[in-house]
Amino acid sequence: MTVKITIDGRTIEAKDGEDLLAVCLANGIDIPYFCWHGALGSAGACRQCAVRVYGGPDDTVGKIVMSCMTPVSDGLRVSVADQEASNFRARVIEWLMINHPHDCPVCEEAGSCHLQDMTIATGHHSRRYQFDKRTHRNQDLGPLLTHEMNRCIACYRCTRFYRDYAGGRDLDAFGSHGNVYFGRAEDGVLESPFAGNLAEVCPTGVFNDKGWSQHYARKWDMKATPSICPHCAVGCNLFVAERGGQVRRVQNRYHSALNGYFLCDRGRFGPLHVVSERRLTAPRRGNAALSDHDAINAAQQLIAAGAIGIGSPRASLEANAALRRLVGPERFFAGVSDVEARLTRRMAELLRARPSQIASLSEIERCDAVLVLGEQLTDSAPRMALALRQASRGAERELAAQKGVHQWLDQAVRVAGEGRRSPIMLATPLPDSTLDPVATLALRRDPLQVAALGHAVAAALAGRNEDRDASDIARTLRAAKRPLIIAGSGLGLADTVEAAAAIAVALGGDAKIALIAPEANSFGLALLSGDGIEAATAALRRGPARHVIVLENDLFERAPRASVEQLLGAADEVIAFDSLDNETTQRANLVLPVASFSEQAGSYVNYEGRAQRFFAAVPPSADVPASWRRLAALGAGPFTALDQLIDAIIAERPELAGLKGAAPEASCQCAHGHGTRTPRPLSGRTADDRAGRDPAATPPPDPDSALGFGMEGSRGRELPPALLTGYETHGLHSANAVTRFVEEINGPLRGGDPGARLFGPEGGAVSQALPPVAIEGEGLLLLPLPDVFSGTETSRASAVLAARAPAPRLLLHPDDAERLGLAAGDAVLINGEPCAARLTIEPSLARGMVALSAGTLAPRGPLRRVRVEAAR
Amino acid sequence: MTATPLTGRARPDRSPHSFAEWQRLGGYDALRRALKELSPDDLVSLVEASGLRGRGGAGFLTGTKWKLMRKAAAAAGEGPRYLCVNGDEMEPGSFKDRLLLEALPHQLIEGAMLAAYAIGATEVILLVRDAYRAGAAALNRAIVEIESAGLLGSNILGSGFSLTMRVHGSAGRYIVGEETALISAIEGDRPVPRARPPYPAQSGLWGRPTIVNNVETLSCVPLIVQHGADWFRGLSRTEEGGTKLYGVSGRVNRPMLIEAPMGTTARELIERCGGIRDGRRLRAFQPGGGATAFLEQAELDVPMDFGHLKKAGSALGTGALIVLDETSCPVASIARHARFYARESCGLCTPCRDGLPWVSKLLDQLEAGQGTAATLELLQMHVDLASPSGRSFCDLMTGAMTPVRSGLERFADVFAAHLAGRCPVGRA
Amino acid sequence: MTLKAETIQAIRTAAHHHGGAKAAMLEALKLVQAAEGWVSDAHLAEAAATLGVTTAELDSLATFYSHIFRSPVGEMVILLCDGLSCYLNGADDVRDAVQQKLGIRFGETTPDGKFTLLNVCCIGGCDRAPAALLGPDRKLVGPLSADQLDQLIEDAR
Ligand SMILES: Cc1cc2nc3c(=O)[nH]c(=O)nc-3n(C[C@H](O)[C@H](O)[C@H](O)COP(=O)(O)O)c2cc1C
Ligand code: SF4
Ligand code: FES
Repeated sequence: MTVKITIDGRTIEAKDGEDLLAVCLANGIDIPYFCWHGALGSAGACRQCAVRVYGGPDDTVGKIVMSCMTPVSDGLRVSVADQEASNFRARVIEWLMINHPHDCPVCEEAGSCHLQDMTIATGHHSRRYQFDKRTHRNQDLGPLLTHEMNRCIACYRCTRFYRDYAGGRDLDAFGSHGNVYFGRAEDGVLESPFAGNLAEVCPTGVFNDKGWSQHYARKWDMKATPSICPHCAVGCNLFVAERGGQVRRVQNRYHSALNGYFLCDRGRFGPLHVVSERRLTAPRRGNAALSDHDAINAAQQLIAAGAIGIGSPRASLEANAALRRLVGPERFFAGVSDVEARLTRRMAELLRARPSQIASLSEIERCDAVLVLGEQLTDSAPRMALALRQASRGAERELAAQKGVHQWLDQAVRVAGEGRRSPIMLATPLPDSTLDPVATLALRRDPLQVAALGHAVAAALAGRNEDRDASDIARTLRAAKRPLIIAGSGLGLADTVEAAAAIAVALGGDAKIALIAPEANSFGLALLSGDGIEAATAALRRGPARHVIVLENDLFERAPRASVEQLLGAADEVIAFDSLDNETTQRANLVLPVASFSEQAGSYVNYEGRAQRFFAAVPPSADVPASWRRLAALGAGPFTALDQLIDAIIAERPELAGLKGAAPEASCQCAHGHGTRTPRPLSGRTADDRAGRDPAATPPPDPDSALGFGMEGSRGRELPPALLTGYETHGLHSANAVTRFVEEINGPLRGGDPGARLFGPEGGAVSQALPPVAIEGEGLLLLPLPDVFSGTETSRASAVLAARAPAPRLLLHPDDAERLGLAAGDAVLINGEPCAARLTIEPSLARGMVALSAGTLAPRGPLRRVRVEAAR
Repeated sequence: MTATPLTGRARPDRSPHSFAEWQRLGGYDALRRALKELSPDDLVSLVEASGLRGRGGAGFLTGTKWKLMRKAAAAAGEGPRYLCVNGDEMEPGSFKDRLLLEALPHQLIEGAMLAAYAIGATEVILLVRDAYRAGAAALNRAIVEIESAGLLGSNILGSGFSLTMRVHGSAGRYIVGEETALISAIEGDRPVPRARPPYPAQSGLWGRPTIVNNVETLSCVPLIVQHGADWFRGLSRTEEGGTKLYGVSGRVNRPMLIEAPMGTTARELIERCGGIRDGRRLRAFQPGGGATAFLEQAELDVPMDFGHLKKAGSALGTGALIVLDETSCPVASIARHARFYARESCGLCTPCRDGLPWVSKLLDQLEAGQGTAATLELLQMHVDLASPSGRSFCDLMTGAMTPVRSGLERFADVFAAHLAGRCPVGRA
Repeated sequence: MTLKAETIQAIRTAAHHHGGAKAAMLEALKLVQAAEGWVSDAHLAEAAATLGVTTAELDSLATFYSHIFRSPVGEMVILLCDGLSCYLNGADDVRDAVQQKLGIRFGETTPDGKFTLLNVCCIGGCDRAPAALLGPDRKLVGPLSADQLDQLIEDAR
């Protein structure tokens, strides 16, 4: 129900019962606050958001209340400007600053600090407290975050996020009265894979990004660019900030349907692979360096002689398309196993057939029964796991609502909900640290059993009698209003996906589905068709093409070694375009360095089929150009700007027309012409003028976006949502300022959340289910474990994240270990090859499997069996 | 009936009665009667008619509180309901519940059972502060006794009423006594207050309908059931029913606990304590514990009940009468309180967590004769900012500012004199 | 140094009695303290493991409550009231005397490990002011004079 309230005489419409602070913020009325947070709700702890409210029409006195704790009702009269209220707000800041070290000059947060903003906003500026300050000892919280407790203002946001929202249990509040402390029981790494969000959740400088801190630049000296996380299929939106041509840090970029306010640590720290020592900077032939000119000539000759192209799920859609244009569709192959290539194409087809069923993360949060078939979500799509945790609270929210408890009163909802949980049902080979604690059913099954269970659930939904687990799951899904089924390619098995689709169809109605592809652009690659590398080998053998171009891809990561060896063996020469040195580039005859995701523009297509554009966060360099530029120069087409390439892609593949809508074209004009990546509070033109140079005078051009690197241009709210470079508006410089950029709190960005769904409402045809693939090998089923910190090629190249990553792991169930005569710590042979990790016995693993760290110990690929034996 | 029906049966050495002894003294008669003759609604009406007000400090009508709970609980559906007995008693100057816990555990337990019956509670949790180990032990013993006597458990005395009961020992923190913090404490959370609404009656312990009552409040209930609402009202000198346990301490000759008719005056109480120490003159008194405003000579004859003391600008609070004589320095006294409240803040909300330590240091500064005009200004600022209810998350801060506010009002001269670096009062 | 078997058993029983591990956390801390005098990091971790909670969660409670000792204390802990009623009755003199007698200040333990002196808020002994709580049973003593406390200390020695 909509109600009308007046705030200092202005009439505003709001939803009945919403909290007054949120209403004010959504309407551009700034009230200072600390403990309130869009996703964490109201806590009433900081007492910063005081306003005066008046009772009835005759009340002339009113009373001071905390706006975040006040539900709006029709006719409510509010004064924010009220003298006493605003004095109270200034004094709350004064209290908060009593023990604050006033260390802004050396504080990372300065310049993007909510506490600074609020202090200035309230007008508190002179210190009257004359006694000693309370001081704390800081902790070493591991490689990702700094800890400087003296800056704490005790808003309790950190524990509310870390514990209540993300389910971490090793961070807490300690002590009491004026001596509360937020940290761990002892020094040590924060365990949650979402810990990095503390850097943004904390409104001051207690928790900060350690990697950034070590290569520090002030917020106002950094240029931030909208980007997309290259680390999994969810496609969280990022800001990538640079200074002096070097990426310094990554922050969350709000997207209401996807990541909201939060990222996983892989997404936040993984992108620092772009500053890896493994970056390729110069062309190479064999071991010898050569000039760019010679390298291009050499490539040209090989291509002219006939080459096939191997694309990549980590390269942009545009780069893959350029390669496809260069070699021709018949010679273009996906840089993954055939099985994965077919499976991701199949997933895309299933989604395209019923796009209305695809669940965004925000929809996942509202689902009331969920079945996860086989995906280790915390490792493969971590942000989705975080969304599922919120879904699990649905039942508690519902009970609380029945009791009349406002949803934004999060703590009260937790209590009033009496611990009720919405059904989250997991059928996975391994435990899931984020989801097991909230799962109502956690079945540990090997991949084949997972698929069988999925089919049994589908059968049970069709009315057939199935085993108890399947029948229970079917009944629970059937009883739900908004059921959700999650599956994906994580097991290397099409069957789970087919079963998931069958379940969704059987449920019909409002049932939703999410199919997790392995990588950020797996779907983009799938949309360009092309079989995998086994097919590529066959093509090479058929001739006439004899050479291979590998695009941004370490093949040894993505397909079984034998397949890759066959491919490389079948090729005369291998040309690799990559930004990172890896086994494939090591084996290539000719290597051309290309831009990383942060040095170019392009698009990824996420698990929803949403095309999302990222832009160059650092000025692109002529020596290390985007791969599509190199490919264009080699003959893919006369493209000098990304938009031209996109037009060509769409001309060829009209079904990708939506790609254009992922972001405005480079020619897009805003209020002041182009947008700019440079933030508002400039320390003057000279701030960028290091050592006498003045790059601002001739900002590097960026033909691929409507954003410049110079000082002039539109920023902030003048920019369309896909081009936002930050949230600062006058007086607000921290991530909290996002409230000024949304249509309503927690709602879409003004102008709509960016990205374009490629699967239109018209739907598509579904072909026959993929036939089952024979499982090769003998012995135990192999499960590559995509660890959240180390599971992807690029995440391992981020030094910051690598320091957080666990050692590679080899896991067996105790029963299997016993059968094989193996004990914990034993050295093991896999198919006769020594395994780099010693054995860990894991009772919570399904039987009949061996789990190996993905990437480091085992490549992805089809489900297969391997021999496991003791190394003698 | 004696003039001290609440405490009259306590032994001088405070040793608790056994169940058998207590039954011989009429113990559990009220429970037996109520279970047989009274419906829960009857019981609620009876307690409402008795005029019993909560003895935990706020003085809310107990029967009304129960009635509201019965109404609110209906929305919560089937499931457990709870009664929490507030035996935290950490308000400075309060020592009344100690006696009831140590010497009269069965009386409290019977009262709690009656309350549980009235509100439909399925479990009673008695929270006792750590300093009252003897009280907690007495309760634990009494619970075991009545369990084996069949008075606890399912279908008590064939009435269909079932109840369990246990003691939750605290570990020293004043805020635990705030009712929502007490609920947090029992759940094993940090004992930090919770937002209201939802009120505990709607969503309290583990989200279920819950009532929190003070030890003294509940100890009155068996008497009301036994002797009737009119009798209970008749005990009082004022509109508010019952006798009251007044704890008199400070500068009197014999500090002690006195059960007297509700509405007894401070003058009488002080006299019963042998008057002011060494025949000195009264400077001021706090009628209801650390969080109540100072009164002086002129208010000695105000009937000490919730209504009258409120009208006089103070509060009955816990009925803990703290007496300051002419040798007691108000600044030093208020500084003691401020130190207490600053230390006992839970640390959740800013005004209390960060404001109170400042207030405390300002008062210390004054006491040490190092204050300036700014010290007084800052004290006044805190009073103005944080005295009204609703500025801090709970009423701890509000209560803590009360003695500061009334001290600044009543003893402006003494405060001012401290600026000159000298305490004008001098110690006894 | 591990917890005694009976302490661990008592913690398990408490979890049952209090309706769950979380609700029994404070009781577990009190049991550890009753058995060991104070709650060391190692014992805290052991108690947490027994309950199936994290050390952070248990320590979060332990550090909130003033009567849970997270550093070693002497054989007898003297909790001296610093409330107003005791102050009005000469608690400062008693404080000064006992501090001098033991040679320690608040928060400290005598070198022989016998006594720890702590100041605490009003202990509900205002009718016996100045008052103190002594030993693990929190025995209330008062009204105290400096001499009497001397005697009590001698007796305890
Ligand atoms: C800071 C604070 C401390 C309190 N401490 C106590 C206490 O120790 N004992 C108590 O009975 N009530 C205490 N109260 C009052 C309780 O919140 C609650 O009102 C009371 O227990 C209700 O019982 P009654 O209705 O029987 O009075 C305290 C309130 C506040 C704000
Ligand atoms: S006023 Fe605030 S900090 Fe103080 S005890 Fe209450 S909630 Fe805690
Ligand atoms: S934002 Fe309202 S009290 Fe913190």
